[in-house]
Amino acid sequence: MNITLKVWRQKGPSSVGAMETHQMTEVSGDMSFLEMMDVLNDRLVREGKEPFAFDHDCREGICGTCSMFINGEAHGPGRNVTTCQLHMRSFKDGETIHVEPWRSAAFPIIKDLTVDRSSFDRIIQAGGYVSVNTSGATQDANSIPIPKHDADEAFDSATCIGCGACVATCKNSSAMLFVSAKVSQLSLLPQGKAESNERVLRMVDQMDLEGFGNCTNTGACEVECPKGISLTNIARMNREFLSSNLTSK
Amino acid sequence: MTMSKTGILKSSLSKKYVMAFTGLFLCIFLVGHLIGNVQLFSTGPEGQAAFNSYAEFMTSNPLIKLMSYLTYASVLFHVVDGFVLTIKNRKARPVNYVVEKGNLNSSWASRNMALLGTILLVFIVTHMQHFWWTMHFGDIIMVDGVKDLHTVVMDFFNPTVNRLAAVMTGLYVFAMISMGFHLNHGFQSAFQSLGLNHPKYTPMIQFVGKAFSVIVPAGFASLPIYLFLIQS
Ligand code: HEM
Ligand code: SF4
Ligand code: FES
Repeated sequence: MNITLKVWRQKGPSSVGAMETHQMTEVSGDMSFLEMMDVLNDRLVREGKEPFAFDHDCREGICGTCSMFINGEAHGPGRNVTTCQLHMRSFKDGETIHVEPWRSAAFPIIKDLTVDRSSFDRIIQAGGYVSVNTSGATQDANSIPIPKHDADEAFDSATCIGCGACVATCKNSSAMLFVSAKVSQLSLLPQGKAESNERVLRMVDQMDLEGFGNCTNTGACEVECPKGISLTNIARMNREFLSSNLTSK
Repeated sequence: MTMSKTGILKSSLSKKYVMAFTGLFLCIFLVGHLIGNVQLFSTGPEGQAAFNSYAEFMTSNPLIKLMSYLTYASVLFHVVDGFVLTIKNRKARPVNYVVEKGNLNSSWASRNMALLGTILLVFIVTHMQHFWWTMHFGDIIMVDGVKDLHTVVMDFFNPTVNRLAAVMTGLYVFAMISMGFHLNHGFQSAFQSLGLNHPKYTPMIQFVGKAFSVIVPAGFASLPIYLFLIQS
């Protein structure tokens, strides 16, 4: 198939960017979106031009680095997929495809399609952990009884790969889905419960400091999230934040 | 234990609680207001007497007074907080997408709460000027010892008395449609903001919210349409 690509080109964090047009011919429907981008970059390098910078690592939907806003949607038209899992057969022959970076004040653009998502790391550092020694003398996790339903729910929350699609797609650039998934995966389990009050306060504080917007409950994040993280996580965090604030000394 | 560093009142989540509480309180207010309005369907002299004494009661009863102050406060906090949140949300994305397809993942109303709210604010201000101001401070005729608000309303939507009656009826209906959209998203959203999400109850809340967002604005809009038509 033939594709017209319009890709965001931006030299550096403070440069002004613009869309750049490239024609792609003989694109196979079995290519992943990233493979199609590889072909473009390969051609640009051979022509002595600058390839497009984009993030990728695992190419199997588990690392969360591939971050492209394709035709107006985070990770493109597919549901429950990352960009590396998106195939070119999702597009029509002759289609024009717009490729942009995640856009959020809290995710500054480094170059072209790559953005700095270290704000997520700082939110995790603020409280997204359990303070236990990992010296080797730890208790066997299976010795703590946990209802199957809780374990499943915690696992579902833990499948968040920190890709940032929720922020990218949210009209407010809100990080609520990510933060609430990280709060939930720990607070749903006994090991994480002990610190849940402090954790939610710290993580929400850090989230606000990073300059993410406020949730308006549009629900766009849940639809675009490659892991189908549920809005119930956000409600849980709202609940935990309120009760932690009311009971903290 | 650590307190929230930014403090509970400054946090983004607390601003959302304020939006949700005030929004839900305004929903309760709407129900009360609608019950009052329904009496205006009785356009004859008995309706006039009944409605005017009801209006008199509403402006003098201390409990109702308290409720009205709570309503003013709710509107004030809801509006100020809504603007603060909207400005912050705009700042969180300094450069917009070239192509963005929000309609594929969210409802139009959920993405336009500030626009719908602004329409409602303009409506509330003009609506209060037309009726609340007239009732409290305007020249209003006394009938049987009480202010005749009934006739004020009848005349307002009467094209033979008010030459703008058709425009006013149209604008009123437009504002109510906007309110319908605001509530269509807002009602259930408020519960989510307060953390009240549960597999058993959320579908119920969503159903009630959708029904509320149709029935209440339709109830309000039907009165001016009725008054305009029977007096034309
Ligand atoms: C009849 C009057 C009104 C009612 C019953 C009402 C009700 C609501 C409700 C229930 C919400 C959802 C709150 C949440 O998601 O937590 C909401 C949100 C909102 N309202 Fe109103 N509202 C009214 C008037 C206004 C006015 C006059 C404005 C502003 C000028 C406004 C601006 C907003 C905004 C911007 C939001 C979204 C806030 C957010 O989710 O971050 N509303 N409203
Ligand atoms: S919640 Fe979903 S969209 Fe957001 S970071 Fe996690 S996996 Fe990505
Ligand atoms: S490259 Fe790892 S999720 Fe796409």
